[in-house]
Amino acid sequence: MSKRKAKDAHLPIGECINQVHQILRKRFCHQQLPDKPEGVEAQHKHLAELLKRTAVHGESNSVLIVGPRGSGKTMLLRSVLRELSQETEVQKNLLQVHLNGLLQTDDRIALKEITRQLQLENVVGDRVFGSFAENLTFLLDALKKGDRSSSRPVLFVLDEFDLFACHKNQTLLYNLFDVAQSAQAPVAVVGLTCRLDVLELLEKRVKSRFSHRQIHLLSKLTFPQYLERVRDQLSLPDDFLDGKFAQEWNAAVTTLCEDRSAEEVLQRHFNSSTDFRSLHTLLMLCLSRVSVARPSITPADLLDASRLCLADANANMLHGLSILELCLIIAMKHLNDVYEGEPFNLQMVHNEFKKFLQRKSNSMYNFEQPVIMKAFEHLQQLELIRPADGASAKTQREFQLMRLMLDHGQIMEALQKYPQCPTDVKQWAMSAFA
Amino acid sequence: MAGLLEHPGYDGEKLRRVSEQLPCREVQAGMLLSLMGEPQQYCYPSLFIYGHRASGKSHVVNVLMKELELPHVTVSCVECVSVALLFEQVLLSFFGCDAASLLPRSPSISDFVRIYKQQTSEFPSKQTRYIVTEQAELLRDANVNLLPALLRLQELVEDNVSVILLSEIVWDKFRPNTGCFEPLLLHFPDYSKAELLHILSAHRHPSYSAEFYSSYVNILLGVFYAVCRDLRELQHLAALNFSKFCEPVAAGKVKETETHKLWKNIEPHLKKAMQTVYLREVSSLQWEQMDEHETGALRGLSAHTHVELPYYSKFLLIAAYLASYNPARTDKRFFVKHHGKIKKTNFLKKNEKTSNHLLGPKPFPLDRLLAIFYSVVDSRVAPTASIFSQISSLVTLQLLTLVSHDDQLDSPKYKCAVSLDFISAISRTVNFDIVKYLYDFL
Repeated sequence: MSKRKAKDAHLPIGECINQVHQILRKRFCHQQLPDKPEGVEAQHKHLAELLKRTAVHGESNSVLIVGPRGSGKTMLLRSVLRELSQETEVQKNLLQVHLNGLLQTDDRIALKEITRQLQLENVVGDRVFGSFAENLTFLLDALKKGDRSSSRPVLFVLDEFDLFACHKNQTLLYNLFDVAQSAQAPVAVVGLTCRLDVLELLEKRVKSRFSHRQIHLLSKLTFPQYLERVRDQLSLPDDFLDGKFAQEWNAAVTTLCEDRSAEEVLQRHFNSSTDFRSLHTLLMLCLSRVSVARPSITPADLLDASRLCLADANANMLHGLSILELCLIIAMKHLNDVYEGEPFNLQMVHNEFKKFLQRKSNSMYNFEQPVIMKAFEHLQQLELIRPADGASAKTQREFQLMRLMLDHGQIMEALQKYPQCPTDVKQWAMSAFA
Repeated sequence: MAGLLEHPGYDGEKLRRVSEQLPCREVQAGMLLSLMGEPQQYCYPSLFIYGHRASGKSHVVNVLMKELELPHVTVSCVECVSVALLFEQVLLSFFGCDAASLLPRSPSISDFVRIYKQQTSEFPSKQTRYIVTEQAELLRDANVNLLPALLRLQELVEDNVSVILLSEIVWDKFRPNTGCFEPLLLHFPDYSKAELLHILSAHRHPSYSAEFYSSYVNILLGVFYAVCRDLRELQHLAALNFSKFCEPVAAGKVKETETHKLWKNIEPHLKKAMQTVYLREVSSLQWEQMDEHETGALRGLSAHTHVELPYYSKFLLIAAYLASYNPARTDKRFFVKHHGKIKKTNFLKKNEKTSNHLLGPKPFPLDRLLAIFYSVVDSRVAPTASIFSQISSLVTLQLLTLVSHDDQLDSPKYKCAVSLDFISAISRTVNFDIVKYLYDFL
């Protein structure tokens, strides 16, 4: 019904679905900035004011934005910067330097990157000349020469700030904070990190130069707000090409959020984490099922997506093991039970397995030692068992001590789900005394 | 089964060709395709695909990429021993050799991202680019920052790029300490028995009927399925043993329909194959030639354990074995000629249940080795340099292992690293009954 209407009035349905994918994928995958940051108004105001003071009045500042992964640190900073860039005064005044702890793994690389992004004079044709020390003095001179009134303010953004604290002597951090503290060119240093104890990583001299201004992004989300967020993330904007389709889509999203079973699913996700990233993963999986044949998201889609997200990977891997490998795991489980988590070697596991075979007097699984060794090594490759001591080459393979990386519950659950599991193996796993 | 895949934005004919090449993997391919979306749309920054060996991970991804002609690069992490090689391959296949030559001698991730950004601003792509890394578990051992950086590459280079990681190991074992961008997890389940049968039967011999071949595959699975579910291994075994299976038919003794007779003929052969070819004891070439001689008459690799050693080296090794597998408190009872009275109850502790042959060899000091050596060698031996050099050459032959640190010159500790069969063979050559001296076998 809805399909035909859309077709008559406006764009064909395929086009609309295409647009939906384009818009929502940009939102979920590319972390497109929302029009208005939600739930962080106070932090937003704080940061905007701070950066504005640097940009307009030439005040030097330093601040750390701290929050768990996926809590919207980069989003907050970017939306503040977007807001600032709309003011012409700031736009022509402020210089920005973006560094990332993952990329700039030591001070030399970071320094080259800074000179490159500031487009300083000694850069010719994108090649930086001079040694590390020269570069540093040059940069510091350039910063020192400036003062509050005449020089342009510089904004340093340090993503993954905690990784910068691992650099040798923390030279870069020391110099940046030092410039921020003394009356030189106005700089603002903004660090983004997910470590709450990041200040403990700093050296004393660096710590004393830091302004100790921290913005925490700790989510105080309630479940109704979470539902609201899901709706916002899924709904289409007002300027969508086909108004009618957008209306229908948004109405469908609203009904989805009010659905009982969908709410249960979302509650489960809310209980495990409240960040944007895990929500986006879930919604992305839902979105991928939307097609011309099924032009809206149903609670069943949400349920399937959630099942994919929450699936136990180890159980999935256990499902694909051969019966011999499964028997070895059960033997290991028994050894763990009897000897209370002491490490074991192949000989012991084989011995335990042989005991089972003797009891059963069943020659079906009577494999030779090398075949069992091959199965054992396959388990080691899958990292379901790990060497107890790191050094591996020193002992013979069959005497190397190993630990099982699975727990009791996982094994029993996998056994229940195992296709065509022989009954005697199941019983053996159940029995407390092997 | 063909024609199940449907997705707007891709050519229907190409999709049909894709689904023909992916038997029993339509669901996974369809899911991957719907996650990837149309070529010009954004894809999720990183996808992590896990599943058992030979469950079609790389095959599905590669066929999709090739047939749909998406811009992609497939990198094997085994080959990329340094990150420079990885970066070079990515840049080479996305932007050509000019870009790859821009990389400095030992590039950092920063260099790579800078050049990538530069190139995308020059040659922007309308389609999603894919970086496929095989055996991604090796990325953990590379630079600490490499994996987190790859996972959020889309954000770092500001391009429509997606990284697909393929691995046998679950994602939980990849996650770094401080966390990272979580990829989208996709599981490729193992093939069920019916699916294995379906795939294996597809490669039938042209001169025999399909039922004949599938009954052969059925028998093969009956023997090997409990041990091995690796499709590639099974394919290899199927190809190797088929000639033996159709031998009676070719000779005219049995008709194609007499399954039971065929089964009786092949089953012992397959059981033998599990102990030999499956373990790579004999190579597949040897296995194929074996038909003329008696099967199994050929000695495998592990049968060649006999090693020629000098007389004293043999005794040194025997002494080392005794020192490793006997507790030190029993030495007096075994090796001192007139040891006086030792209570049997004291000597054999009844509650000691676990045998030393289960726990493995124990380390022992050099002094104990020499003491046992002098006691088991009947003639008088002077502790010359040659004796000591024989000990160290046993270490280099990996018959003994040095347990303590290399720099410890006085009182080094050793372990014996040979099996019981090996040492019994050695002691037989010097007429020494080793079982009599082993605590475990009293």
